[in-house]
Amino acid sequence: MEACNCIEPQWPADELLMRYQYISDFFIALAYFSIPLELIYFVKKSAVFPYRWVLVQFGAFIVLCGATHLINLWTFTMHSRTVAIVMTAAKVLTAAVSCATALMLVHIIPDLLSVKTRELFLKNKAAELDREMGLIRTQEETGRHVRMLTHEIRSTLDRHTILKTTLVELGRTLALEECALWMPTRSGVELQLSYTLRHQNPVGFTVPIQLPVINQVFSTNRAVKISPNSPVARRRPSGRYMPGEVVAVRVPLLHLSNFQINDWPELSTKRYALMVLMLPSDSARQWHVHELELVEVVADQVAVALSHAAILEESMRARDLLMEQNVALDLARREAETAVRARNDFLAVMNHEMRTPMHAIIALSSLLQETELTPEQRLMVETILKSSNLLATLINDVLDLSRLEDGSLRLDIGPFDLHGLFKEVLNLIKPIASVKKLFVTLSLSSDLPEYAIGDEKRLMQIMLNIVGNAVKFSKEGGISISAFVAKSDSLRDPRAPDFFPVPSDNHFYLRVQVKDTGSGINPQDIPKLFTKFAQSQSLATKNSGGSGLGLAICKRFVNLMDGHIWLESDGLGKGCTAVFMVKLGIGGRLNEAKIPYASRAPVNHVWTNFPGLKVLVMDDNGVSRMVTKGLLVHLGCDVTTVGSGDECLRAVSNEHKVVFMDVSVPGLDIYEVAVRIHEKFSKRHDRPLIVALTGNTDRVTKESCLRVGMDGVVLKPVSVDKMRSVLSELLDHGVLLESQ
Amino acid sequence: MDVGQLQRSFLEYTASLFRDGFLDGQFSQLQQLQDESNPEFVFEVVSLFFEDSEKLINDLTRALDQQNVEFKKVDAHVHQLKGSSSSIGAQRVKNTCIAFRNCCEEQNIEECLRCLQQIKHEYLLLKNKFETLFSLEQQIIAAGGAIPTVE
Repeated sequence: MEACNCIEPQWPADELLMRYQYISDFFIALAYFSIPLELIYFVKKSAVFPYRWVLVQFGAFIVLCGATHLINLWTFTMHSRTVAIVMTAAKVLTAAVSCATALMLVHIIPDLLSVKTRELFLKNKAAELDREMGLIRTQEETGRHVRMLTHEIRSTLDRHTILKTTLVELGRTLALEECALWMPTRSGVELQLSYTLRHQNPVGFTVPIQLPVINQVFSTNRAVKISPNSPVARRRPSGRYMPGEVVAVRVPLLHLSNFQINDWPELSTKRYALMVLMLPSDSARQWHVHELELVEVVADQVAVALSHAAILEESMRARDLLMEQNVALDLARREAETAVRARNDFLAVMNHEMRTPMHAIIALSSLLQETELTPEQRLMVETILKSSNLLATLINDVLDLSRLEDGSLRLDIGPFDLHGLFKEVLNLIKPIASVKKLFVTLSLSSDLPEYAIGDEKRLMQIMLNIVGNAVKFSKEGGISISAFVAKSDSLRDPRAPDFFPVPSDNHFYLRVQVKDTGSGINPQDIPKLFTKFAQSQSLATKNSGGSGLGLAICKRFVNLMDGHIWLESDGLGKGCTAVFMVKLGIGGRLNEAKIPYASRAPVNHVWTNFPGLKVLVMDDNGVSRMVTKGLLVHLGCDVTTVGSGDECLRAVSNEHKVVFMDVSVPGLDIYEVAVRIHEKFSKRHDRPLIVALTGNTDRVTKESCLRVGMDGVVLKPVSVDKMRSVLSELLDHGVLLESQ
Repeated sequence: MDVGQLQRSFLEYTASLFRDGFLDGQFSQLQQLQDESNPEFVFEVVSLFFEDSEKLINDLTRALDQQNVEFKKVDAHVHQLKGSSSSIGAQRVKNTCIAFRNCCEEQNIEECLRCLQQIKHEYLLLKNKFETLFSLEQQIIAAGGAIPTVE
């Protein structure tokens, strides 16, 4: 045997096994070499691969493994030492790299696994989102349907159309076999089939309302699945095997009277209608949640639409009713007006017609009285006169009263002598009183004004009536009349709790008391005294006469004068006191005419002259100054003239009522002067009124003048009339309202 | 001449003054102010006007003669003249003053001088007219009549 450096293989060569090992090693090497290539190729292809360093390592590991196996190929036969060394080197490297890779993989693999978990998680999420989107889409669909349905329903205000449309649309949207609406009857005991879609049942078919299934549906506002065998879901036997599912929902019927926005619809209604919806039989369809929701929403909308329709009907009816009533009222008004006119015409005519003959009778009888008469004749004539006087009084009273009634009587307000009026009453009543041997006293309080403003004639009438009554019902004793100004504490009378007289600067309340010692009045009769034509039995004696209108008329007059009248009596036989209070104006002299003063409108009268009015004129132009002075002197003023601002300030005093300043002086002198004048006279009424005279019509000048506190601006040229009206307005108002 | 004729010619003359635009409504106002307490009112005012205007016109001539014309001063004078003339109703003088003021604003010396000439001219005219008017009045009074008021 030759001595060589070759290494002997471990075991003797077995040809077949050797061959297989050889081939396997070759293929392993091949595979090992191609794997990294593949890896590199695919990783290059993929965009995301975070572990490149690992890849390199892995690649190295595999390559080295491959190399090892490849070199192994040479070791099957006799091989040289070099090959052994290379083999060893390769093996060592491979060992190193594989250990490193093994260590590395410990870190890497958990990460890679978690990637997988995340992927799974995301997939689940995606599936979930898909589901939700499906749901939303369905809801949107439902929403669309509802909107469309609602739109259809709301587009009409006619009940039938609403309900019919509802059923039709629902049927279409949900592809129903049958859709029916059951309305409660008037009695509320039964539900009547009012509308159906496909007329499976005859309309008018009724079902008692107290069925358990119906109660179940009515008790909740959700759509309830009911059995297809219930009476409301009955249908014509159609030979199908599987009736479709049936759902029923309540529809609240609202009334205007019980509509409460916060309670709707739970508490405010007791009446419901029933809507029954049937799916097609044999369709194996089920009611989905969103379909139920759709049904519920539609039921609500229908309720609202129905109530709108009901309200509209109601309001239309009310409007028609109102129109009828209006027409009727109009007619009544016209009739009333005609009646009033007729009465007025009648009264006017009767007034004249009745008075004329009365007048004739009275006049002629009094004339007759003057002639020679026998005692019987005289008696007769006197009776005639007395009766006709009475009749005349009656006619007057009736006419007066009717005028008072319809408010067409107006008081004749004017100044009169108050004291004189009382004296006259006294004079008139004294003769009659003395005939009956009654004394009459009059006491006027010291603060009673001499003159007053009011209706003298009517006041006299009141006085005469009351005093006359007092005399009439007294057989002995006397009458005492007292008049005074009512003070606030005496103003309130316990008998008239709602009478609140309020004296003011221009008015006072006159209180008159007439006390008699006559037959008195039963306190129970007092309220009746002022009613027309009513005379209590005890008062109506043969001698009393009178129509019973007197006091009624007095009361009306007193009321017109913002007053109050009442009678007091302690009882029959104890005399009676009549008290009345009326509002009178405080009068000045009889010849003073009071004109109501309208504060905003310019005064009606313009003063023609202003005697002695002290005026200061400031103007630096001699001619202009002279002209203005002449103007004011012509109007009677006492004029001082100055030529400059300083002179003006020196000369002005609180005696001057007006200062005229010519503004055409260039420079701010004028405004300064105005300000200084304001400073000089701090009190408003001391300060003279400042008026600017200017030829400028522009607003700037006007505003500047008013800003410094001038009381007016007058445009030159000034005529006499203009100056006159300017001065009038200044003196009356204290300011020039319009620039002239 | 008798009083009636004098009065008629007075009225004629006054009317012509109004017609030719020498005087305007303001003058009639002045005439209204003349009454028994103030018999010479119009005469006094007019005389004062003439005095004032003479002085102002002289001032104006001097001011415009300067090397550097002070337009502000000129304007002030013209303003015064305008005020006086409008107070008595001298319409033409007033209108000329207004034109003069515009020239002053434009600071146009030629125009100003021209306006001044015109003012002098108008002023002399007016003075003439008034002198005639017043002499007529004197004649009426001397003849024993009363000065008629213009309607």
